[in-house]
Amino acid sequence: MKPVGYFEGESMTRRKVFAVAGQALGGLAGAAIVLPALGFAVAPIFDKPEEDWQAVGPEDDFVPETYVPRVITIVQGIGEAGKSTVYVRRGSTDLGEDPDSYVAISTRCAHLGCPVRFVQAAGNFICPCHGGVYGFQGEVIGGPPVRPLDRFQTRVTDHLVEIGPRYSVTSQLEPVRARDPGEYTGGVWEYLYPPRPSTAAPPSS
Amino acid sequence: MPDLQKLLPPPMRRPPKPGHADGKPSEYAPGEAPDGKPTGLREGRTDDPGRRLSTKAQDAPADLVGWVDERMGATSFLTAMLMRKVPKGTNWFYTLGSATLFAFVVQAVTGVFLAMYYTPSPVEAYASITHLTNDVFLGEFVRGMHKWGASVMVILVFVHMARTFFFGAYKYPRELNWVIGVVLLILTMVMGFTGYLLPFDQRSYWATIVGVNINGTGPIVGPYLSDFLRAGPEFGATTLSRFYAIHMLLIPGAIIALIGAHLYLVVKLGTTAPPWMRADRKPKASRSEPVDAIANGAGGNGSAP
Repeated sequence: MKPVGYFEGESMTRRKVFAVAGQALGGLAGAAIVLPALGFAVAPIFDKPEEDWQAVGPEDDFVPETYVPRVITIVQGIGEAGKSTVYVRRGSTDLGEDPDSYVAISTRCAHLGCPVRFVQAAGNFICPCHGGVYGFQGEVIGGPPVRPLDRFQTRVTDHLVEIGPRYSVTSQLEPVRARDPGEYTGGVWEYLYPPRPSTAAPPSS
Repeated sequence: MPDLQKLLPPPMRRPPKPGHADGKPSEYAPGEAPDGKPTGLREGRTDDPGRRLSTKAQDAPADLVGWVDERMGATSFLTAMLMRKVPKGTNWFYTLGSATLFAFVVQAVTGVFLAMYYTPSPVEAYASITHLTNDVFLGEFVRGMHKWGASVMVILVFVHMARTFFFGAYKYPRELNWVIGVVLLILTMVMGFTGYLLPFDQRSYWATIVGVNINGTGPIVGPYLSDFLRAGPEFGATTLSRFYAIHMLLIPGAIIALIGAHLYLVVKLGTTAPPWMRADRKPKASRSEPVDAIANGAGGNGSAP
């Protein structure tokens, strides 16, 4: 049976043309509302924060044998919630590091992000949440963490040690782009946990 | 007192009752036509409560309820929904869904009032919560209802789900309702996760850090999902307001819409009898003759082979 309004030889009835055109227009109008709103919500994923360098004290404050805790502001304008502790020491020749460099270890546990504490007596970093234990250089020596503790870039300006963007390290302590806790680094994991545009590039060393 | 009917505009005036046209008293009994035959207006089973309710509504077109009902058809809708038939053996386990719905309503109502005092800013959130809890009249009670009600709702969702599972009520034709229910379970969990951050004390903060990082461990999309939840690479200035918006606008809207679909399917498909009722189920009508007798042409019309 021919549909209503059908003329011989036409591939689409007038009624169908209007129905499809009406639906297309409705879809276009819907997309014009939904897509900007969605982009608005996911925009922070592509937003790269500016590099922020903060002085944590003169060079003489830091020694190669132990860590000194310093508080830096990771996110401005949100009070205490934006602050974080960093453990800073001078590079140790015994460990094959440049004695003029500085090592700044993040207190964020590489398991799920709880704050770790450096225990002087043991020379270890210990996480209170799920029992992660890290050695002196932040390498995993026990518990559930998936990679060594993250580090911050350091530099010296006018004899003041400055702390820069955070980066992650592989199990061989090679720098890679900053990851969130719980994500492995190195090998195939560099592709399974792709680098995010919102993080800084790792130091070249 | 002036006659109210004359003050009203014509469409709102009380229509004349049967037998009382033009306001003249009828010489016939109500429900009877002038020729003495029943009009059929009051026919029907008087023992059927739904029928009785709708008849009552039809009889009172000029009172407010009747006026609204005549335009909305609410009575027929409510009758179909509330007076629907339920299987034999329906018991208290069947109230778990309603209990969950009630828990959600409690959350919605107390949540609206908590929002009147709460400030979703990282600097002020904790202070606004302590103010709400300690200073506002009954604030501790309303917050307590919201906090403990959340746990009650999660428990009820699971018990309701267990009832559906063990009674086999997820089977054809109710699979879609099971799927909707699972989505509702996930949304309830998202409500719990986002709401946990809002008091913004140490526990909230670190639980959210851990929760977001667990999301981030999913391969490929995980890192981006974490950035989306935090609105950036770190727990930042808009993380709290983002969680707040998800908690009080996005998810509740989705939950209300899906509860509507869930209830629609319950009413449309009906409920199942408990499994122990099925064993002794009997056919409604039994044949008067044996089936094989009919097959042999022996029954009914007497046509012998």
